[in-house]
Formats: sequence, structure tokens, C-alpha cells
Amino acid sequence: MDYNEKVIKRFSKPKNVGEIKNADGIGKVGNPRCGDVMELFIKVKNNKIVDAKFRTFGCVAAIATSDALCDMVKGKTIEEAKKITNQDIVNDLGTLPPIKVHCSVLGREALDAAIKDYENKKN
Amino acid sequence: MKVYLDNGATTRCDEKVIERMKKIYLKNYGNPSSLHSLGRDAKKEVDRARKEFANYLKISEEEIIFVASGSEADNLAIKGLSLAYPEKKHIITSKIEHPAILRTCEDLERNGYEITYLDVNKEGLIDIKKLKELLRTDTLVVSIMHANNEIGTINDIESISKICREKNVFFHTDAVQSLGKVKLNLGNIDLASFSAHKIHGPKGVGALYIKKGIRLKSIIKGGGQERGLRAGTENVPGIVGFAEALTSLSEKEIERITELRDYFIERVMKEIKEVHLNGPLKERLCNNASISFHYVEGEGLLYHLDAKGIAVSTGSACSSKSLQVSHVLRAIGLKHEIAHGTIRFTFSKYNTKKEIDYVIDSLKEIVTNLRKMSPLYPEEK
Ligand SMILES: Cc1ncc(COP(=O)(O)O)c(C=O)c1O
Ligand code: FES
Repeated sequence: MDYNEKVIKRFSKPKNVGEIKNADGIGKVGNPRCGDVMELFIKVKNNKIVDAKFRTFGCVAAIATSDALCDMVKGKTIEEAKKITNQDIVNDLGTLPPIKVHCSVLGREALDAAIKDYENKKN
Repeated sequence: MKVYLDNGATTRCDEKVIERMKKIYLKNYGNPSSLHSLGRDAKKEVDRARKEFANYLKISEEEIIFVASGSEADNLAIKGLSLAYPEKKHIITSKIEHPAILRTCEDLERNGYEITYLDVNKEGLIDIKKLKELLRTDTLVVSIMHANNEIGTINDIESISKICREKNVFFHTDAVQSLGKVKLNLGNIDLASFSAHKIHGPKGVGALYIKKGIRLKSIIKGGGQERGLRAGTENVPGIVGFAEALTSLSEKEIERITELRDYFIERVMKEIKEVHLNGPLKERLCNNASISFHYVEGEGLLYHLDAKGIAVSTGSACSSKSLQVSHVLRAIGLKHEIAHGTIRFTFSKYNTKKEIDYVIDSLKEIVTNLRKMSPLYPEEK
């Protein structure tokens, strides 16, 4: 697979692996294409995402995008986080092999699910 | 440390092979079809290689055709038969064949052939009794591989070929992975495919054994090389290198590789929890260990190993162009997420015990880390 250095680096040493105890939002999604699973945990304070962690069963691209996504959402308000597209995640990593773009969609969906969970819990 | 454990994909060339090839490239570089002495010398080299091949397989020289790959040998066997015996429109093969056989059969299927894809059991063995029932008067050929490239299963092709012979149906075997490693009696086998680069020979050279008396039509047309069955100037260095490679593995070396393999399997099974071996313990290629590491995905595992200098391959869906789990792992009934974490380790005579120890240590560390990251891994474990 033609992964760039940034992707490999993220994948080799992800910074945001794990779970957040008492997370404010949890998103768990599966990838219908290859059968992978991602779990995203967010901690929210004053409508701002202050921490994010993930657990992913998936390929190099899935792990790299999960980790990048966590960094991207930290410090963002819920509204700002909602605007993140899967292309933004790909851009953050430079490029992904075309066949691997769907793995970044998994990240986007996990974020949606986590935010929804947060909003449900809040109301 | 660099450890190459992908010898099922291809192997390092043997020094002796290279030496013989070098001589051809530099001195005997003539075209075997040329009339001058350089050409005649080149032809002698091809003849000699063919004789070595025939001696090795205990067949006669006219029964071996050199081609450009194992894939081409597979294509020529199936397509060549279909062109020569067009009245027979049924083919039997298995679900775990190499794509060179499967895609060729699918091609024929689109042209009106009926193909039966035999199931295999969880070890990758076909049901010989079932096969016997499926043979028909219009069955052109049964094609069952000798040793499987992914899980190492060795099918009992001597029994299978005997049944085919009794029913007067041609039997072809893809023996690419087993050549030089597993004893093969070609007795009732009508056609067999081989490839040089899996046994320390050069890439891009293959051979097809065709039992005397079997008609075959060529699929590559041109000059009349290889008795008109395969046009194209002979790859003289490649053919000579292939003949040399046949004996690149001694009994003793095969024994040593088997020991390494068993040592590896034993330690992995003992020291890493929740793993299993795919394929049988006994009827298994001497250099193959296909292992599923539950709760981890194979591509990630492969890249981590790569970062440590260890080369392997995987059957994970994520690593395939179609995003589908390997057809072999599906055929033996592995659950999707388990097939996902399947790694193939294939050894060679160049591997050492020290290398294996290093691989096991690396695996332990990587698998632990990936499991920590996996949402499928049950906690409290
Ligand atoms: C079982 C089997 N058949 C056929 C082939 C194709 O051989 P080649 O690479 O020479 O085309 C391979 C190797 O990839 C193989 O493992
Ligand atoms: S997660 Fe399966 S291809 Fe990326």
C-alpha cells in the first residue's frame, strides 16, 4: 500500500489511543466495506471538546485517521466539530491511497455518533 | 535485523542459480533458433535444462514445456485443453485455487462452460468421495492444487488423480508451491504447473508438464518454439536457472526448514494468547505457518512487523484491492474478523533460529499493543 510518511508515523505512534472514563460522548461505528470497527470517546466542557480518544480495529489508514481526528477535534466547539468532513481528515494526513479513503469516512461517522450521544445525554 | 518470511510470495535466488545464468547472459547469449554456433550452443543449454527437469521429475523430455510464469502454465493447461477438446464443457476445480486457475475458469464460464468449484474442509482439504460423484462424461479436466499458497495444505493429489484416471478425465495440478519441497509422483497426473521463483530460481520462468499423448493448443502464437506450444524466444538464462533451482533444497534443508516452522508455531501458540493455526498440522507445506491473531487487523500487524525489518503477508480484507478477505480463508470458514488478523509466515533455507526468536519477540509486543487499541478485545483479559 502506498502510504505517505505522515500516515505511517501516525499509525506507528498514535497519541490518542484508549478510552475516556466518564466520557461525555461515545461513538461506535462499523465499516460496512471491510468490516472494521472504531470507537471514539469525547470529553466536553462548556460546549468545547477538551479531550478525545479512540480504539480502532482496522488498517493502517483507519488507525492513522482515528488518531488525526482526535487531534483535530480537541479544542473545537461541538458546532465546529460537526463541520469536519472526511476530506478534512484526509487533508490533515496529506493523502491516502484512493482505496483507503473509505477508512476516513469511518472516522467521520464515529464523530457523528459521539456527538449525537453527547447531545442525547445532555438533554 | 532483517528477516524475510515471505518465501511463499517469492524467494531469494540461489548463488549457484545466478552463476549458471550469468554464464548464459555473458557467453551463451545466442538465440536457440539461430543456425550459427552461438545459437546452437544456446539450444544445447535449453536441451540440457530440459533433461535435468525430466530426470528430476522422472518423465521424458518431450513432456515439459517452458513458459514465462506459473500463472502462464496454469492458463495454458486449462485453456489449452479447452481448445483441443472443445466438446467437453465441464471443469472441476476447488475454491482455494490460485487466481491463475480461478480467473481462467471464470473466463471459460463466461463462454458457456460449467465450472464446479469444490468446497474444502476447515483444513483446506477437498472431499475426494464427493469429487468422484461429480465426474461426468463431459468433464474436461479436474484441476486441484498440490499445496495451497496461503494456508499450506497439501492435498492428496495422487489419490485424486487416480480417480480421474479411472473415469478418463484429465487431471491437472498447480504444483507451484510444492515443487522441490514435496515428493511428487506424476504417475496419474496429466498436467502440472511449476514456477522457478518459489524455489530460489529466477522470476518470470515457469514450466508445464504435459503427459505424452495429450493434445494441447497453444494460447501464445508466433514462432514454433516449445514444439509449437509456446511461441517466444526461449528465456535461456531463466530456463537454465530453473533447472539449477530444482535441486536447491536438499532433504536435509527441508528437514531444517520444517523444524524451524514447528519451533515457530509451537512458540507462538504457547506464548501468544488467542491465536490459531490455519491448515492442517500434518499435511502441510514444510515452510508455511498461517496464523490468525484474534482481535487484531492484519495490515496493521504487517506494517508494524515491516517497521522491525520483518517481511510477511496477510489475508486481511483491508490489504486487498477488493477489500475482501482472502478467498482461501473464506473457503475454510474463518469468521470475517478472524480472517482479518491472519498472517502468513513462509520460511526458507536462509532463515535462522535467531531470526525466528526475534520475530516471536516482536510479535508479542506488537500484538499486545494492537489489542490494547482494539475495541473488539474483551477487557479484563
Ligand atoms: C499456487 C500458486 N500458483 C501459481 C502462482 C503463480 O506463479 P507465478 O508467480 O510464477 O505466475 C503462484 C505464485 O504466486 C502460486 O502460489
Ligand atoms: S479499515 Fe479496512 S481498509 Fe481501512
